[in-house]
Amino acid sequence: MAETVLETSGLTMRFGGVTASDNVNFKLKARELRCLIGPNGAGKSTFFKCVTGLLTPTEGHVYMRGQEVTGWQPHQIASLGVGIKTQTPNVMDALSVHENIWLAARRFYNVVEARERADSIIDRLALGTIARTQLGQLAHGERQRVELGIVAVADPWLVLLDEPAAGMSAQDVDRMTEIIHELTRFAAVVIVEHDMQFIRSIAQTVTVFHQGAVLMEDNVERVMSDPQVRAVYLGKKA
Amino acid sequence: MGRSVLHDVIITLVVSALLIWLLPLMISTYTLTVLVIYGMLGLSLGLVWGFGGILCFGQAAFFGLGAYTYAIAAINIGESTLPMILAVLVPAVFAALLGAMMFYGRLADVYLGVITLVVTLILFKFVNSTAGPQYVIGNARLGGFNGIPGFQTLNVPGDPAAYIWGDPYFYVCAVALVIVFLLVTWLLRSSFGRIAVGIRENEVRMGLMGYDVATRKTVLFAIGAAIAGLAGALFANWGEIVTPNLFSLGQSAEIIIWCIVGGLGTRFGPIVGAAGLAYLKFMLGQQSMIDNTLVLGLILVLFVLFLPRGLVPAVASLLNSIFGGTKRKPKPRRMRRARHG
Repeated sequence: MAETVLETSGLTMRFGGVTASDNVNFKLKARELRCLIGPNGAGKSTFFKCVTGLLTPTEGHVYMRGQEVTGWQPHQIASLGVGIKTQTPNVMDALSVHENIWLAARRFYNVVEARERADSIIDRLALGTIARTQLGQLAHGERQRVELGIVAVADPWLVLLDEPAAGMSAQDVDRMTEIIHELTRFAAVVIVEHDMQFIRSIAQTVTVFHQGAVLMEDNVERVMSDPQVRAVYLGKKA
Repeated sequence: MGRSVLHDVIITLVVSALLIWLLPLMISTYTLTVLVIYGMLGLSLGLVWGFGGILCFGQAAFFGLGAYTYAIAAINIGESTLPMILAVLVPAVFAALLGAMMFYGRLADVYLGVITLVVTLILFKFVNSTAGPQYVIGNARLGGFNGIPGFQTLNVPGDPAAYIWGDPYFYVCAVALVIVFLLVTWLLRSSFGRIAVGIRENEVRMGLMGYDVATRKTVLFAIGAAIAGLAGALFANWGEIVTPNLFSLGQSAEIIIWCIVGGLGTRFGPIVGAAGLAYLKFMLGQQSMIDNTLVLGLILVLFVLFLPRGLVPAVASLLNSIFGGTKRKPKPRRMRRARHG
C-alpha cells in the first residue's frame, strides 16, 4: 500500500464573496500521476496555490507525507522536497540555463554535487547546446523545459505542475510527456492542465473541478465519457 | 574555476597597486582619501542594489551611523581599534533589524525605497535636534547641527599616541577599499552571492526552490550596511568631525547616482562612479560660474538617456567589440565577466 503524500481536507478559499475553492478533499499516493482539469474559474489554480503555499486557505488543512503544512511559506514547502512549477514561466532571465538549474540543485546539495547534477539534468533534457545561454534569449518551449529541469534536479518526491504544456509545440509536448513519465518513477506528480490531448496522452486518474469543488475523480477514459463532465467542461468538442 | 579566481585576484591587486602608486602623483592624497571612501560607499550600495536587487534610498543612513558610532565610541574609549569595529557592527545590526522588518513583511520595490528614505530623514532630523546638553552618550555630546568634533582619530592599534594621518591615512583607506573589493568579489562568487543574484532575478522562483528569500535579503542588506559603516568611520577620521549632513537626503541621492552612472550590476562601476563624480564635484566647487548640482543632474540625465547601463558596462562592451572580433574563443567568458564587473 503506497503512502499518501498529499492530502487536503475541507480546503476552502474565499476571495471576498467569491468561493474559489470549496471544501476540497484530495488524496494523492506516492508515485501517482494525477491531472486536475476543469473549465476556467473552476478553482484548479486556486487549489494549486493553496497547496504550494502561494495562498493561505481560508479554511481546511493541507498535509504532506502526514505533516500539516497549512499556511506554510512556499520556501518551507519546497524545502520538504516538493518541486513546483507555476503557470507562467518563473525563471531567472539574466542567468544562464546552467546557473538556473545549478541554483535549484544547490539548495539540496553541495557546490560540487550541485554542478554534477545540473550537468546530468542538462544532458537528460537535451539542453547541452544552450547551457551557457541566458534564459531571456530562449524560446518559450525551451524555457518551460529549463523550468522542468529546475524542478527535476532537486529530486523531489512530489511535483506540482501548473499548465506545463501551455503554449508549446507538439514536439515540445512529446518531450515534456517523456520527462514527466520519468519523474513519476520516483515522485508523485500533480498536473493542472487545459490541453485535453496532453491529458489523454499522459493521465491515468483525473480529478475534475467545477465551481471550486471536486465534481468527480476517476480513470481518464471514464471521466472523458461522463455526460456530466462533458456538460460542464468538454462541451461539444469531445 | 580555481585558476580564474586567482587570475581575478592578481588583476585586482596589480591594477589597484598601480592606481595607488600613480594617482597621488596627480591628485593630492587628502582629496584622494575622500574619493576612496566614497568609492567604498558606492560599492556598498552597488552590492545591495546591483547584485541583490534591493534599492535602498538610505545608504547614507548607514554611512552616517558608522561615522557617529565611531566618533561617540572614540570619545568614550580613547583608542581607535574598538570604535572602528563598532562602526561596522552598529550599522550592520541596525540594517539587519530594519531589513528583517521590511523583508519578512514582504515589502518590495517602491515601499522599500520609501521606508529607507524615511529612516534616513528621521535620523537626520533627530541628530539635528540634539544640540542641547542633555543629549549625551557617555562623555560624548551629540551636538545637534554642530556635529561632534575633537574625537580620537585613527591610531596604530594599541598605541593611542601614534596617529595615522596624511599620506599614510590615504594608503590605509586605499588598502581597506582593496580588501573590501576582494571580499565582495569572493562573496559574489560564493553560493551566497550566486543565490543573491538569483533572488534579484526572480524572488518567487527562488522561494519555490526552497530558499528563504527574506533571511538572505536581510543578511545581504546588513553586509551592505557594514561596508557603508566602515566608509562612514573612515570619513569621520578624514574630516575629524561628524555632522548631521552625513544623513542628508542629498547624500543618499548622490550614492544612487554614482551607481547608475558607474554601472549597476558591476563591482567596479559604483566605485568609478563615486570617485569620478565626487572628483568632478570637487573641481566644480572651485569655481562659481555654475552650480555643481546642476551639472550632476545633467550628467545623470545624459547617462540615463544614452548609457542606461552605466559607464563600466559600456566601456567593457566597447572593448569587447574592438578586441573580441579577433580573438574568438575567449569571447563568451569575457562577456560573462563583464556582467559581473
